[in-house]
Amino acid sequence: MSGQRADWTKGGEVIVYQSCDTCGKTQYFHRSFCAACGAPDPVEKPASGAGIVYATSLVCRAATPETRAHVPYNIVLIDTPEGFRMMAHGDNDLAIGDNVTARYQQFAGKLIPYFEKVK
Amino acid sequence: MSFITGVGLTSYGKHEGSSSLDLMSKAAEMAIADAGLKRSEIDGILCGYSTVSPHIMLATVFAEHFGIRPSYAHAVQVGGATGLAMTMLAQHLVDAGIVKHVLVVGGENRLTGQSRDASIQALAQVGHPDYEVTLGPTIPAYYGLVASRYMHEYGVTQEDLAEFAVLMRAHALTHPGAQFHEAITVADVMASKPVAMPLKLLDCCPVSDGGAAFVISRERTGSAGVRVRAAAQAHTHQHVTAMPALSELGAEISIAKAKAASGLDISDVRYAAVYDSFTITLAMLLEDLGLAKRGEAAAKVRAGYFGREGEMPLNTHGGLLSYGHCGVGGAMAHLVETHLQMTDRAGSRQVRDASIALLHGDGGVLSSHVSMFLERVR
Repeated sequence: MSGQRADWTKGGEVIVYQSCDTCGKTQYFHRSFCAACGAPDPVEKPASGAGIVYATSLVCRAATPETRAHVPYNIVLIDTPEGFRMMAHGDNDLAIGDNVTARYQQFAGKLIPYFEKVK
Repeated sequence: MSFITGVGLTSYGKHEGSSSLDLMSKAAEMAIADAGLKRSEIDGILCGYSTVSPHIMLATVFAEHFGIRPSYAHAVQVGGATGLAMTMLAQHLVDAGIVKHVLVVGGENRLTGQSRDASIQALAQVGHPDYEVTLGPTIPAYYGLVASRYMHEYGVTQEDLAEFAVLMRAHALTHPGAQFHEAITVADVMASKPVAMPLKLLDCCPVSDGGAAFVISRERTGSAGVRVRAAAQAHTHQHVTAMPALSELGAEISIAKAKAASGLDISDVRYAAVYDSFTITLAMLLEDLGLAKRGEAAAKVRAGYFGREGEMPLNTHGGLLSYGHCGVGGAMAHLVETHLQMTDRAGSRQVRDASIALLHGDGGVLSSHVSMFLERVR
């Protein structure tokens, strides 16, 4: 599979990761090969959108006029059950260890994943 | 053998009207004079980069501007680790007999040459263009993420982090070249404006104009001998999303390699110069390097351990947090200060014993690391 699925970075409401048939590792940043073992053509898969908060930082000072309109916004790192880590936005009161699930929203003119706490 | 034979450092802060090349030239002039050399004796040039004046061949742009025709020249880019990475390369170049005297230089009019927003925006581009930058992070946010996790795992508090800002400011008060000259307290840090939580304004280094340079030579050029004993690097990732676990970061790898290469241990170190872009950076690196136990660096600051009179004087010029940060030159100031301490030229800041120094630089988001031991040779 050389073509990239339209994930959120391309405007689609889905988080896509890659899984290597040769070594079994997963990776989040799209490549035409597995960064762990070098095998070609890792398989693209849609993620469940579930995750656990690994880290958070509430941005109160933004650097561009487009992003400044959104402050404060919470940048989060999410560990997924599929085995990869990703950056996204989330509720301002998220804490490390919270179970979260993804939805999608607009930010500075682009679609981004946004995680909220599982009730 | 390779020696740091000369150092040069401008004041940091505003240098209205000075270009990056002006600031590089000023520092280079000082370093060459300090080494007791003539420009024509410099046969190698390594320089960093300038975000204000990017160029694909900055080393030759500088060489032409400065009036040198070197037999070896190029730029090096490893973010905040660039200064020490250049020093490590210069060490190998002179050891291998490629050149005799390498001028290592960095300088940038980052404060007055562009808006603060432009600086912040330029630096945020170290993030992944698709998977990170789209989300509007800033450099403080990348480090804010790391801080939140480190505080969670090791029980470090915001008040703990504030101690590092207070310490660096106290040191800067004794250096006339520092950007900041007003004392601050933990309460001031806690009350400063939120930037990217848990980091507040006074947890962050400023944007500065300034320049720094050194000469690395095969033989010493004067009586003072500051030798590069050993250096080592580690590069584990570029983007914070791809960062390994906190227990597997590059500082621990590079210091282990530098210790093995030098035969030195942390107990041999008498002076420390550690990268401090943010309070969390300094706290983590001190603990990763073994200069403090996990979660205990702040307590050591409170006890005076890292003060000028303490057991392990640290960044006695004020560090990036309070001397200032002009990009590549920023962390080069740590080495200049170390050299002054090792050669008993630090004046009112002079520590009792700086015979063996440990320097550490970090580039990206704890991505690239260089650890280095310097030794005074009588």
